[in-house]
Amino acid sequence: MAGKLNKQKLAKGTRTCAGCPIPVIVRQILAQTDAPIAASMATGCLEVTTTIYPDNAWGISSVHNAFENAATTISGVETAHKILAKKGKLQSGAEKFKFVAFGGDGGTYDIGFQSLSGAVERRHNFLYVCYDNGAYQNTGNQRSSATPEGVKTETTPLGKETPRKDMMKIMAGHNMPYLAQAAVHNLSDLVVKAKKAFETKGPSFLLVFSPCVPGWGYSPKDTIRISELAFETNFWPLYEIENGKYKITAKPTVIKPVQEFLKTQKRFDHLLKDEQAVKEIQDNVDNGWRELNEMSIE
Amino acid sequence: MKKEKTKNYIIKPMSGGEAAAEALRQIGIEVMASYPITPQSPIIETFSKMVADGRVNAETINVESEHSAMSACVGSAVAGAKTATASNSQGLALMSEIVYVASGLRLPILMAITNRALSAPISIHCDHSDSMMVRDSGWIQIYTENAQEFYEFLILAFKIASRKEISLPIMVMADGFISTHQLEKVAIFDDKAIADFIGEYNAPYDFLNPQKPILVGPFSVQDSHFEFKLSQQKAIERVPAIFKEEAKNFKKITGKDYKFFEEYRLKDANTAIVVMNSTAGTAKEVVDKLRDKGEKVGLLKPHLFRPFPYKEIAEALKKVKKIAVLDRSMSFGANPPLFAEINQSLAGTRIPIQKYVFGLGGRAIFERQIEQVFADLKKGKIDDKIKYIQ
Amino acid sequence: MKKSKFKELKPVLPAGTSERLKTGSWRVLTPSIDNNKCAKCFKCVNFCPENSIKYNENKGQMEIDFEYCKGCGICAQECPAKAITMNKK
Repeated sequence: MAGKLNKQKLAKGTRTCAGCPIPVIVRQILAQTDAPIAASMATGCLEVTTTIYPDNAWGISSVHNAFENAATTISGVETAHKILAKKGKLQSGAEKFKFVAFGGDGGTYDIGFQSLSGAVERRHNFLYVCYDNGAYQNTGNQRSSATPEGVKTETTPLGKETPRKDMMKIMAGHNMPYLAQAAVHNLSDLVVKAKKAFETKGPSFLLVFSPCVPGWGYSPKDTIRISELAFETNFWPLYEIENGKYKITAKPTVIKPVQEFLKTQKRFDHLLKDEQAVKEIQDNVDNGWRELNEMSIE
Repeated sequence: MKKEKTKNYIIKPMSGGEAAAEALRQIGIEVMASYPITPQSPIIETFSKMVADGRVNAETINVESEHSAMSACVGSAVAGAKTATASNSQGLALMSEIVYVASGLRLPILMAITNRALSAPISIHCDHSDSMMVRDSGWIQIYTENAQEFYEFLILAFKIASRKEISLPIMVMADGFISTHQLEKVAIFDDKAIADFIGEYNAPYDFLNPQKPILVGPFSVQDSHFEFKLSQQKAIERVPAIFKEEAKNFKKITGKDYKFFEEYRLKDANTAIVVMNSTAGTAKEVVDKLRDKGEKVGLLKPHLFRPFPYKEIAEALKKVKKIAVLDRSMSFGANPPLFAEINQSLAGTRIPIQKYVFGLGGRAIFERQIEQVFADLKKGKIDDKIKYIQ
Repeated sequence: MKKSKFKELKPVLPAGTSERLKTGSWRVLTPSIDNNKCAKCFKCVNFCPENSIKYNENKGQMEIDFEYCKGCGICAQECPAKAITMNKK
């Protein structure tokens, strides 16, 4: 069953839910380099929607190993590439290969964290992209450590009791040359960051806000709106950390109250009735925004 | 003047671990991703030093766990590099998820296993519970008696595994601390001869191809999974024939025969012991001692454990009157693993086989204990219960 | 009876074979673009998860690939000119 030769880095015919932003994120990022790309992916939404035999949506060389080792797998590919290049065993054009690992928040914050941490610490030359949809969505919306506090998931039916892990702070602690937080609604911001990441010597990390239709509970058409609201309420600021220096890359012209974001998704329904809970979320968002502004060089 | 035949080997005092590193170097391993675990560490340390000294053109990845060691090996092998690692015990257990991925993805990764007991309780000493744990994983498995065999079989193993018709990962076992740390006189063969034997490497996939991208590792549902597994089965079933072919080629360098198992004074034996790895060395001493006394005893030492050569084992043992199989691991609540396979080989014969378990957690086994096994066989003390040599 | 020879499988696929999956069959609502209102801002092109909106240079208009469009409605929602409507077709 040979597929048409196509130049798309991610072909049509993905099994993603209607309104899922993951293919948008992947296509926009992969388009930021002309070099040939090899990717690894963690088990998760992206992987199952693009690789069910015999349907391969990938237009770049890609490998799926397991759930928790996308970063390690690509570090093996990258190292092989290094030694094969040294030995003159690569075919023409292959010296230029760039390496990307894709994982959801599960494969990045939780089960895949060790693998990511190790690969970054070893300074492999690769970009790690996390599409953060706030829970283990592929398996039906079970909580992850990326799930915001209070959110109802299948395994936190009364609302998650702990706050979300600050993945950017954790990765910043690895002294990596470039990492950035982005979101799907702001593509011009995302592509600038992706381009920077591809040009980085060493490891880079992109954490991309990725709303989930069935998991968060909203109508498919609102994916981009919800991402924008996350930005406008400072629930999900857009910034980068380049050689340890923080920089906010986009600021909302008018900062909206976090309620505007929360009320758009069923996963927050029960919290909206609780004034105290909403106030806590607002305080946390405000503190985070203030802290970010203090650290930001712009 | 008589012309002396030039040797193509040098004898060096070496531990099994160092000998294993020599094998990896001579194979021309390009990527070794590993995590240290006693008693495998001499292998990765020696190899790392070889890389640092420029004696081998390779990259090592000092990953943060064994799970990552096998994961990185998978990535490296997919990308087309000659890939190897080493582990045992808890490390092998931790990477076991990816051990199955490696065989499912048909990657000729070479792994040296320095047999060590699985926890709990934690033990750093030798038994075969670790490699037995993954006997169903689809890896080719070879057991070795000493440093020399460890070295030679690692080289032969890589060649077999990377044959296009096979393309499966392979693990070679040697007893932890016993074979890995004791100094032996090891004959290291000529670098060029080994390199020529290894020859051009057939990468399983053309992954780093800018023009023809591929996906390795699709998701298979009910309509294809069975066929993927069947394909693996067909590949591993081709191993015996390829093993014989490559053994012939390897003999041209070493002058030795490589068989699925070693038969030691087995031809006219009335009683025989079947045992793997270093204990076979001890058992050979006992066989010699008893033979000197006129006793018709023999030994069968399996090398190839997966795929298991049922027919050939049956042929080798068919004339023996009574057999004892010594397992260095338990399969709790069932027959020990080596016994189970030997028993299966001899199904349909009426040869009584006594099952033994010995050496767990590094418990030493002495010549007198092996003598006792032969004595008990002679007396016909055979039943269907596992006997323990503690 | 002819015995079919078992064809061994390797866990590898060539690029883009997913194109045989015409995800347009999922659609409940169908978008339609009013090209008179369209400002050619390309927002719909970039935000379409199925990569199913293209600018036809010859015709000078945006075109939807209905073979793959899942009818999610993002294009209609994001269009600043309100040039796209979602209809039950």
